[in-house]
Amino acid sequence: MHKPSIGLRRLIQTGVFVGALTASVAGAAADTIKVGILHSLSGTMAISETTLKDAMLMLIDEQNKKGGLLGKQLEPVIVDPASNWPLFAEKARELISKDKVSAVFGCWTSVSRKSVLPVFEELNGMLFYPVQYEGEESSRNVFYTGAAPNQQAIPAVEYLISEDGGGATRFALLGTDYVYPRTTNKILRAFLNAKGVADEDIMEEYTPFGHSDWQTIVSRVKAFASEGKKTAVVSTINGDANVPFYKELANQGVKAEDLPVVAFSVGEEELAGIDTAPLVGHLAAWNYFMSVETPENAEFIKKWHAFTKDENRVTNDPMEAHYIGFKMWVQAVEQAGTTDVDAVRQAMYGQTVTSLTGTKAVMNVNHHLSKPVLIGEVQDDGQFETVWQTDGPVIGDAWSDFIPESKKLTANWTYPWVCGNCEKPKF
Amino acid sequence: MRQHHAYRLSRLFTIISLTLFLAALSVINGTNALATPAERDAALELLTEKSSKKRATGIDVLAASGDPAAAPILAAMADGDLYFQKTDNRVVIAKKQNDGYAIVDPISNEVLGVLPSSDLKKIRVNNRLRRQIRGVLGGLNLSHPNAEKRLVAASGLQKSPDPALRPALKKAFAAEADEDVKAAMAIALAVIDSKPEAAPEDRLAAIELLTDSDATEARIILTQLASDTEKDASIRAAATVALDTVEDRLFYYQALGSIFQGLSLGSVLLLAAIGLAITFGVMGVINMAHGEMVMIGAYVTFMIQEVFRSVAPEYFGLSLALAVPAAFLASGGLGVIMERSIIRWLYGRPLETLLATWGISLILQQAVRTIFGPTNREVGNPEWMSGAVELAGGVLLTYNRIWMIVFALAVLAGVWALIRFTSMGLEMRAVTQNRRMANSMGIRSGRVDALTFGLGSGVAGMAGVALSQVDNVSPNLGQAYIIDSFMVVVFGGVGNLWGTLVGAFSLGIANKFLEPVSGAVLGKIIVLVAIILFIQKRPRGLFALKGRAVEN
Repeated sequence: MHKPSIGLRRLIQTGVFVGALTASVAGAAADTIKVGILHSLSGTMAISETTLKDAMLMLIDEQNKKGGLLGKQLEPVIVDPASNWPLFAEKARELISKDKVSAVFGCWTSVSRKSVLPVFEELNGMLFYPVQYEGEESSRNVFYTGAAPNQQAIPAVEYLISEDGGGATRFALLGTDYVYPRTTNKILRAFLNAKGVADEDIMEEYTPFGHSDWQTIVSRVKAFASEGKKTAVVSTINGDANVPFYKELANQGVKAEDLPVVAFSVGEEELAGIDTAPLVGHLAAWNYFMSVETPENAEFIKKWHAFTKDENRVTNDPMEAHYIGFKMWVQAVEQAGTTDVDAVRQAMYGQTVTSLTGTKAVMNVNHHLSKPVLIGEVQDDGQFETVWQTDGPVIGDAWSDFIPESKKLTANWTYPWVCGNCEKPKF
Repeated sequence: MRQHHAYRLSRLFTIISLTLFLAALSVINGTNALATPAERDAALELLTEKSSKKRATGIDVLAASGDPAAAPILAAMADGDLYFQKTDNRVVIAKKQNDGYAIVDPISNEVLGVLPSSDLKKIRVNNRLRRQIRGVLGGLNLSHPNAEKRLVAASGLQKSPDPALRPALKKAFAAEADEDVKAAMAIALAVIDSKPEAAPEDRLAAIELLTDSDATEARIILTQLASDTEKDASIRAAATVALDTVEDRLFYYQALGSIFQGLSLGSVLLLAAIGLAITFGVMGVINMAHGEMVMIGAYVTFMIQEVFRSVAPEYFGLSLALAVPAAFLASGGLGVIMERSIIRWLYGRPLETLLATWGISLILQQAVRTIFGPTNREVGNPEWMSGAVELAGGVLLTYNRIWMIVFALAVLAGVWALIRFTSMGLEMRAVTQNRRMANSMGIRSGRVDALTFGLGSGVAGMAGVALSQVDNVSPNLGQAYIIDSFMVVVFGGVGNLWGTLVGAFSLGIANKFLEPVSGAVLGKIIVLVAIILFIQKRPRGLFALKGRAVEN
């Protein structure tokens, strides 16, 4: 009877030991909070999205140095959807169900967002989307930290109509042929009509992704501008097609004081490949410029240069959107005391973060931010200089007031509405 | 802080009252009194204001002061070189240097030393102020000794007309000796005279003058006068007639412009397709990696420009001349290696060749992405390729496109001469026409294959140098051109360089005439459908090879 009892004790000891071991291994795994990064690192969109991945890594690294979140370290999980829209959905599913990430920061084009949307809604994930977009959407599972049309397109056109912006009464709307430019231009056309601009004074023109031969379009815009009214160009041209577009403008001698071009998808990163001296005075509308002079921004740029070990790297608006989104998520998780998606979502509403432009960014119940709108002029060093800005933050509007069927809709994810596109409250 | 504000406010008040007083004074005198330093300083003080309205006033006051320094100060302001010192609001002209800004006093032109950027604040201009300065400078520089400055002044006045400057402009017009400047001044006068405030007979005379002008401004004014906003019916009628005349004349220029644009698009297609006309047209290899040869040529250009930037930036203009042979050797060498290691095992098996070369294209793309990164690389345009020459009536021929056409034709001529006149060309033709016969004549057909493929790839590399000037240099560059290249070669007729030439230019011109009507996206689709239909009718393309060689 002696031996077996020792054996039993041994067995129990071993069992406890193994159990403790497993528990500690499991404990180590549970000691990190996983954050998904869903940005294309190859393909056509890599140009813009790679920077956002780096920005996220910097933010996570910084948070970890501060002691992490809820006493745990943050662990970035990077996947590469390769500018391939269906692959975005696949990678999103992998992040949520296999890697069990607490939140995902990602996407750039509206196509990619539309592709992952059903996945996030089905698996109840949480996506932070950092890019200006066409609006007309509000999902319970997405926080839109980029600009809605009323935070970018509408104020930009109002500026062009104003005396300082040149008093334009005729508009050429140029865009890449996909959902964002087409929807934005639909809203702009309705807005311009409401301002008394007739349809014959609006020219709309679309080009494929990566269009490189801009001769015809630029000459046509010049002819359109020579018909007696002050004209301005509104560009929703996306991606690297902008480089040959601006080169053609410069070569054909289009001067900003005669025919200003205001762009919604051209930031510091896109200008990096162009000689901007002939483009001085052309405009861009964003919620942030690298040239903004605030202590927050100076510190951010310093950290960015230190993190990338490159003094020439620029910062841009979507990076600021990730900065705000990430800080808000951290605050919401701390407030909720958990990373549970439903609890964090409730804690998100009303979170405020001091943005890099020094204003208080607030997360509203329609999942859009309140941010100031800035209009900047291209400078000869590839930077923008703010020439106009709104007095205070503007609340992002998911559904445009200028499209009659959208005007009726409300996005409000708190009781009693709890809905992204309803005409009356659900409860 | 508050005290400072109060101080500034009171300063501002004095300045404004002073300006008003001086303005009143100059009106009474009827001439611009010579500037007093106080007046000029008041104007400079206004320029440092935050509100753009006050800066606009400052510009007017400065211009009206008659101070000789006014024109250079305003020119510097328009160029974004005008700053003020944060400590004492002193206005200075600053130029960026390595270690800060070199400061010059705008009035005495005295060099004041170098200041860090943190001590300076830029005097901001927006598009409205730029237009205002252009008009004001036009007035100030009308009697400038330099004819070029006078021309700029006159064309500035065309765009930003100021009726108050009419007497000065008339005087300058009468005194002007230079033909071009005189013509520009005449239009500027006509633009001012066409305004509703002018006398009706002056307005009719202005319309007549504008009818003969090809300037864009003339058309803008005439359209305005012919529209409903014009109250005077006789003016409206005259302007409508004039506008028709102008538009008839411009129609021809615009057609010429469209043909030029078509030729330039055609030359891009031609460049991309010549290499393929050799590898696919002559050798029959379906080379899906053709686009990547173009891309490698573009990256060679980038590397050579990087070397020039760091070693000899003053000779940057020559970088392209060096890039052409370098790209030829790099892509050509790669082509030879590809042919010897892979493609030669696959002759006569088109499907396998297609898959293998497609695989190579993916490998090359990813290799470039790994080495150079996924983002676009900046390839600069040398000075002689920037800008444009104006045909007439606002139709512009840009230099980069002109050079592109010249280069494409030169490359085509070179390849044609090589195939037609050299012994290598002879061997190439012999091998493609009848390999076994050529072998038995002592031609080493393996070597000829490698060289032919190398030639085709090398030409693609040279195309990459040219394309780097009009498109983005990224790992995806080649993909954008592979389909177009096949389209041109098949449309023009396989194995025929003339077919490639005619095919490229006719596709380019067709595209450019369709684009204004149908839009860029639909235009491309229409051209593609048209080619498919054409190939159904004539499967061998425009210029079909005849004879026994074809039957193999």
